[in-house]
Amino acid sequence: MSNLKIFTKGLIKENPTFSLMLGMCPTLGTTTSAVNGLGMGVATMFVLIMSNIVISMVKNVIPDKVRIPAFIVIIASFVTVVQLCMEAYVPSLYNTLGVFIPLIVVNCIILGRAEAFASKNNVFKSMLDGAGIGLGFTLSLTLLGMVRELLGSGSFFGYKFIAGDGMLVFVLAPGAFIVLSYLMVLFNKFTAKLK
Amino acid sequence: MEYFVIIIGAIFVNNIVLSQFLGICPFLGVSNKVSTSIGMGGAVTFVMAISSIVVYLIQYYVLVPLGIGYMQTIVFILVIAALVQMVEIILKKMSPALYQALGIFLPLITTNCAVLGVAILLVQREFNLLESVVFAVSNAIGFTLALVLFAGLRERLELADVPKAMKGVPIAILTAGILAMAFMGFSGLV
Amino acid sequence: MKSSLRNMVMVLLLITLIASAAVGVVYQLTVDPIQAAKEAKIVNAVKEVLPPFESLNKEVKAIPVEGDTVRIYTAESGKDVVGYAVETFSKNGFGGMIRIMVGFLPDGTINSTSVISHSETPGLGDKMEKSKSSFALQFEGKNPETFKLGVKKDGTGDVDAITASTISSRAFVDAVKRGYEKVMENK
Repeated sequence: MSNLKIFTKGLIKENPTFSLMLGMCPTLGTTTSAVNGLGMGVATMFVLIMSNIVISMVKNVIPDKVRIPAFIVIIASFVTVVQLCMEAYVPSLYNTLGVFIPLIVVNCIILGRAEAFASKNNVFKSMLDGAGIGLGFTLSLTLLGMVRELLGSGSFFGYKFIAGDGMLVFVLAPGAFIVLSYLMVLFNKFTAKLK
Repeated sequence: MEYFVIIIGAIFVNNIVLSQFLGICPFLGVSNKVSTSIGMGGAVTFVMAISSIVVYLIQYYVLVPLGIGYMQTIVFILVIAALVQMVEIILKKMSPALYQALGIFLPLITTNCAVLGVAILLVQREFNLLESVVFAVSNAIGFTLALVLFAGLRERLELADVPKAMKGVPIAILTAGILAMAFMGFSGLV
Repeated sequence: MKSSLRNMVMVLLLITLIASAAVGVVYQLTVDPIQAAKEAKIVNAVKEVLPPFESLNKEVKAIPVEGDTVRIYTAESGKDVVGYAVETFSKNGFGGMIRIMVGFLPDGTINSTSVISHSETPGLGDKMEKSKSSFALQFEGKNPETFKLGVKKDGTGDVDAITASTISSRAFVDAVKRGYEKVMENK
């Protein structure tokens, strides 16, 4: 596979949200606004790139049987680093995302990429893979957040253009499921046409 | 806080799956049949109850005295992973029948964010030991309830004539959205 | 790589050691900025809830309540007390702890409020934040001596609760009330 393909496959063909359907908890839980979705996506992308790089570097010295625990320790360390940095430099986003930041550890995308890609490929390719999948995840979350914010609070990236509340249900829990479902339908239609 | 409020809040009002969005993967993954979803719910309840006690003890007797609260995420996930392994081994020896019923779900639980999520939440909310256990078990019951209800809906969905683009996951998520809306009716309860 | 007990233990131990050392270093680097961010938040909240003032009295009264602390900041212009900002809390929020800053004028009138932290439901309980609804505005300019701090629906006071978030509203009122009592006892 060419390097370009490794990077771009995460955007559509192996889009983690709409095609692989992984990491659904943060996808639904943090996308109450476009900025929150973007923040969560970037945090996840950072962890994904870093853990992919480190895992591809150490893959040859890790015994098979302790592969998973070793990966989890590496991922959890990067998550903690992200957690501390966000608390220090973007405290308000840190408060909004709350429990979902430490939960990046159990995001199936990250362990999944470590297992399926980083443990078999070299450092550069693993980095590209992490960046591509991470970008796909970030774009999906931002899109979902954008739609929910637009319908739910009548604003766009925090810029309000209608007075009052908007359709509150889209910011609340049911709206997350409903918007995600319809975006998936659109995605399926779109990719079906592509083929 | 009163235990009653914790229990009702965790099961109905702030249902862990339908309003907190934790444990969505098993919620979508193993909800095809009512029987398997009951098994999964049982396994999660079991692990959550034990892990809440262990996590509480580790937080307040190891991490806090040593001043390394920032290691929380790393320590908790390792403890949960180890715990799931231990439960699996013990269950295999002690109660083969129960192992038969829950065994296949146990490995899935390590990456179930509901378990780690509840562990982090009960520390964040400064619960005492008893409150922590009550909170964990109520959340696990809430998880099971959502899972079983959803599995019932999906069994019906199998027979329905769904538009092609909506087949599979999209219609399932849409159904979950309607279920979440129904659960919002509980929000005036407490 | 093939697994043997020795290399498994060695590798895991090594990875855990390196990981905790790295995280420890990051913690050391971020501990000051985190503290600074928290303090900036408090100072901003104090400014937000009081009328303009020249300086804050260095002496902050910390009063232990129910295993936590209520802090009173005194704002001065010259020698006159402009008001008291009270960092108060309630443990009865829907998502547990709620911390708010309440500004009182010297006679006990509530000037304004600001939410420091909470874990209430987005779209419902988080309407206690001023940017999200007018709930918190009803406290402004009221003196708790005449404006009873209790939720109207419960028959205990004059506060209109947030729709569908009675628990959050009750907790908010509880926190304001605690702040008022402490400031009257200690001013």
